[in-house]
Amino acid sequence: MSAASASGNVIVKYLPVYFVLIGIFLVEVFLAFRNFSTGTLVVILLLLALCSASLGLMYFMHLAQERRSLFLSLIPAVIFVLLMMNMFWGDSVRLLHLRTLAQ
Amino acid sequence: MSETEVAVHGHGALMEESPYAIPSRKFTMWLFIISDAVTFGAFLFAYGYLRVGTPNWVRPFETRSVINVIIMTIVLITSSLTMLGAVDSAKAGDKAKAMRFLYSTMALGAIFALLHLREWFELFGRNITIGSGLFGQTFFTITGLHLLHVISGVIAILVVATKYSGGRLTPSHVETTGLYWHFVDLVWMFVVPLVYLTNIVH
Repeated sequence: MSAASASGNVIVKYLPVYFVLIGIFLVEVFLAFRNFSTGTLVVILLLLALCSASLGLMYFMHLAQERRSLFLSLIPAVIFVLLMMNMFWGDSVRLLHLRTLAQ
Repeated sequence: MSETEVAVHGHGALMEESPYAIPSRKFTMWLFIISDAVTFGAFLFAYGYLRVGTPNWVRPFETRSVINVIIMTIVLITSSLTMLGAVDSAKAGDKAKAMRFLYSTMALGAIFALLHLREWFELFGRNITIGSGLFGQTFFTITGLHLLHVISGVIAILVVATKYSGGRLTPSHVETTGLYWHFVDLVWMFVVPLVYLTNIVH
């Protein structure tokens, strides 16, 4: 197979992922018009967004095909980031008390 | 290897690549993406917390806005697909095809930004601005930050495409730029449900 024809096949190869991503998004839109409570809707939409993001990470960003050494090297960075994000949780709780000032 | 190739690839390229070595350029981009994800994560978490905890939240989006968001999302996901084509073509050595895919990605990014601005101006027309309460503050901050990333991405792709076309950058640069572009796409998948779809007029 020539280099040029091989490069053309990548679009066809990832078309199923592309359509699944659009499908998940359309399901989200459908669910948004249903009468869920806000909390339930946020949780459902976030779970679907996580599915989309996982597909994007694994296939569009090729994380599934990367060298294991790259994948493993990123794990400490992710753990550090999650620990740092722990600093924000408290501020989010505080935001609820500040909202009257913003409204 | 010619002197030009050494200048582009560095002297490291003269040696055989270790099978366990981590490509430094790609690794750095991944670290940037993780750190940028914290920024968006913090904003979106704070927004979600406020949204769920505030009963009288403004719900400004009607069917027309939802259709606009559907088009914007499809445009952005399609741009990720064209970016995949660009990276693959660049790796396969088909520079002309890679350039066509890169230009398509830029065009789709620009269309996304224009649709985004159209949405903003429609809200401005209804007196919803960054200074009009919690919804305006959170909506324009989060979508503005994302729009800034999209515009930066389009500029980055333009610069990389120009230099790649001139032979000053390699396919690995195109791949690294692609990672950033896919990240912008991934962030949008969280912004849409949280910021748009929970604020539809019923």
